[in-house]
Amino acid sequence: MTAGAALLSVDKLSVAFPGHTAVHEASFSISPGETLALVGESGCGKSVTAFSVMRLLPPNARVASGRISLEGTDLLALSEAEMREVRGARVSLIQQEPMTSLNPVLSIGLQISEVIRRHEKVSRKAARERAVELLDLVSIPNARNRIDDYPHNLSGGMRQRVMIAMAVACQPKLLIADEPTTALDVTTQAQVLDLLDDLRHRLGMAVLLITHDLGVVAQWADRIAVMYAGRIVEQAGIEPFFASPMHPYSRGLLGARVDVDADEHYGSHRLTEIPGSIASAAGQTGCSFAPRCPVVQAACRQAVPPLTPLGEGRAVACPVTTSVPLANRPSFPLSGAGARQ
Amino acid sequence: MTPLLSVRDLHTRYAVGRQVLRAVDGVSFEVGRGETVGLVGESGCGKSTLGKTILRLVPSAEGSITLDGADITHLGDSAMAPHRRRMQMIFQDPFGSLNPRHTIRTVLDTALKVHRLGDAAERERRLVEIIARVGLPPDSLDRYPHEFSGGQRQRIGIARALILQPALIVCDEPVSALDVSIQAQILNLLVDLKREFGLAYLFISHDLSVVRYFADRVLVMYFGRIVESASHTTLWRDPRHPYTKALFAALPSADPTHKRGEPPIKGELVTTEHVTGCRFHSRCPAATDRCRTEEPVLRPLGEGHHAACHYA
Ligand SMILES: Nc1ncnc2c1ncn2[C@@H]1O[C@H](COP(=O)(O)OP(=O)(O)OP(=O)(O)O)[C@@H](O)[C@H]1O
Ligand SMILES: Nc1ncnc2c1ncn2[C@@H]1O[C@H](COP(=O)(O)OP(=O)(O)OP(=O)(O)O)[C@@H](O)[C@H]1O
Ligand SMILES: [Mg+2]
Ligand SMILES: [Mg+2]
Repeated sequence: MTAGAALLSVDKLSVAFPGHTAVHEASFSISPGETLALVGESGCGKSVTAFSVMRLLPPNARVASGRISLEGTDLLALSEAEMREVRGARVSLIQQEPMTSLNPVLSIGLQISEVIRRHEKVSRKAARERAVELLDLVSIPNARNRIDDYPHNLSGGMRQRVMIAMAVACQPKLLIADEPTTALDVTTQAQVLDLLDDLRHRLGMAVLLITHDLGVVAQWADRIAVMYAGRIVEQAGIEPFFASPMHPYSRGLLGARVDVDADEHYGSHRLTEIPGSIASAAGQTGCSFAPRCPVVQAACRQAVPPLTPLGEGRAVACPVTTSVPLANRPSFPLSGAGARQ
Repeated sequence: MTPLLSVRDLHTRYAVGRQVLRAVDGVSFEVGRGETVGLVGESGCGKSTLGKTILRLVPSAEGSITLDGADITHLGDSAMAPHRRRMQMIFQDPFGSLNPRHTIRTVLDTALKVHRLGDAAERERRLVEIIARVGLPPDSLDRYPHEFSGGQRQRIGIARALILQPALIVCDEPVSALDVSIQAQILNLLVDLKREFGLAYLFISHDLSVVRYFADRVLVMYFGRIVESASHTTLWRDPRHPYTKALFAALPSADPTHKRGEPPIKGELVTTEHVTGCRFHSRCPAATDRCRTEEPVLRPLGEGHHAACHYA
């Protein structure tokens, strides 16, 4: 989509579980140093996509087809031993539900040191020094004294900083952050995301940011990819996206937002839902959003609309909304930020 | 009329190594029948602990909890049983709170059986109904927790709390793992249940836009204490505590042309430190000598608005 060589390119990735397919021919790419936000309905396949890139899928999952290439390396072709060299060193993952991904019985210093020693031949002492530096880097006050702390001694924000320290310990080219701030309050969230942003500039790292928070997307991402039922349905730069989301699901998402500036209260205002549920996509042909789509046409139920590039880094998988020139497009009911501009 | 829930000077302490952590440090508030009270505050300030203490899932050190006029603070297991059904919790960490070896059917059915609600056919009817209402496909009942995405697990937790038709639900970040369209669906569902059954909620959330929309009254917590409380309209129109103001200022705008500023407050809540004076003074942009020595109390500002700041 973007000019120049992509850092990561995911090409027609499909991932199946027994009885259902979680990711369907998903394609997207990330340029060096950029932040791509991946958003979409709960259960649409965001984490499964992240796990595929890391080659950490659950045992009952299988990559059915597709290619994932990182700096030209075909990740799906690597042996497990080769992949271990890549994981943590060239790409790392901050997992959703951080409580489950830190080891409760090991000190944080030891956990960070282990990551370093897995990839680099350094002494225990040197690794420990690096761990102190990393805790410093992620702004943990008094790092030298906190290095022997256990995860339960830390607040949610500090735990997330430790996760980030572990993830960037070997200066990966790509960091996948799966809802890194969902568990944090807004003041801590702003600090953690600023930290990630700062590290990305300093370490020249790209970030795949999985989030539900459209405010986070608007403030911290360069581009967005919207996923629905395992497919990427829209890709765009942040400003064009918020100014005019094009896929009907993207429009629905912005419309369903609780708008903090609008002073709406449940007593007088019912939130806009996207009617139906993602479950209705199962076992049907054509566009998976068709059963819930306000602008559906007969053709939508025949074949899956391809993700079509529209220029300027934008691609949309909806022939209905993209067939009308921008100026003549009927306005869509939106209560989100896009409508206010 | 007695409030549904009344909490008086509640304290909860944890032993952390040799230190004592005062996670909840003298909290008082009420929740009326059918009322939604929002609870916001920094990570680690004690919100989940407060919720769990009220439900008697962690022991209180001091203070009292009254439900429907009955003091439940020190009830034993069997005396507590009838009250348990009346209060449920949607847990913040849905994975940790679900037994990985039980199917969703077992999880939900057990809740009904424990409280002897309905025969097998009636229970099955309720299971199918609740799964549909939280927006999960019917075949979810026979799957295990690890087979769901994060947001789907959250909805299982919501189903488990709702199925007992309680009078009060402590919702601990019930929608933070959900995308905005499912979030809207769940919030609308919670509103419907409130109207149908007069349900009351203690609604813990980091998402201020959701709290503004969903709460009737809001408590702002900082380091174990309530530092401000007001109706949702008053709080947003006229926040008085500097911490509340910082929270509002940090809310990211969903308008990318509106560029974010510096985070209004920095650093982390250090909960094991001993502080004198106001708990917020070391991070407060407006702190004075008085704030460093004298602890402010929660004082009334009119119209049910309270704030614990000398300069509010
Ligand atoms: N171990 C598993 N076995 C079977 N199905 C699974 C498993 N893990 C995930 N799934 C299914 O794969 C689909 C995609 O899940 P995934 O975790 O990627 O969703 P997600 O987009 O990350 O959602 P969320 O926003 O809720 O985290 C879901 O329908 C989920 O039920
Ligand atoms: N079982 C425990 N043992 C010791 N300390 C604990 C325990 N549970 C919580 N704490 C500590 O008590 C304090 C309050 O924690 P709590 O989980 O109630 O905060 P919270 O406001 O819910 O935070 P978050 O927004 O991150 O969920 C924190 O410092 C936490 O580390
Ligand atoms: Mg996920
Ligand atoms: Mg909590």
